[in-house]
Amino acid sequence: MSIQDTIREQVTAHPVVLYMKGSPQFPMCGFSANAAQILKACGVDKPFTVDVLQNPEIRQGIKEFANWPTIPQLYIKGEFVGGSDIMREMYESGELKQMLDTAKG
Amino acid sequence: MTPTADLIKRRLEALHPTALHLVDDSAAHAGHAGARESGGGHFHLTIVSDAFQGKTLVARHRMVYTALADLMQQKIHALQIEAMTPDQF
Repeated sequence: MSIQDTIREQVTAHPVVLYMKGSPQFPMCGFSANAAQILKACGVDKPFTVDVLQNPEIRQGIKEFANWPTIPQLYIKGEFVGGSDIMREMYESGELKQMLDTAKG
Repeated sequence: MTPTADLIKRRLEALHPTALHLVDDSAAHAGHAGARESGGGHFHLTIVSDAFQGKTLVARHRMVYTALADLMQQKIHALQIEAMTPDQF
């Protein structure tokens, strides 16, 4: 299975997926930390997260997958939503919580 | 202005910004794990352009990343983006 297939499987198998550096408990980058905190603030306590620092192939592959050069990256129901700045703007407008509530069913 | 900041500003002229504000935060992040590894800078960009009219946030950020494509590989480690249209500014 190619790395792009692996990523596609991850983002479709879980309603909410965050690609980040480190883990929500031990984030290794401020932007990843913010992204995990925003999800928590939206009521997603245990998102499916992928630590790209543990997997160099995914770290590179995810940039190609979304045509997006930075990490973190949030996916909801298989769709790329954005990085940490977009997550923050959508959180502040209430749009993100709405999307997440719908995704969780 | 640092050479990288200057390069960023010049590349972004492609989007015909009506306002552009770039802060180099690199010093505040020097030494953390990611910064050590890549050596690139941290920047905070506010850019206002008519080109963002009718575009989603993802599309706006992609326009910025596209303009900076070669710099994103090495010279830029992190870039915070606020991309607005003139009426949002």
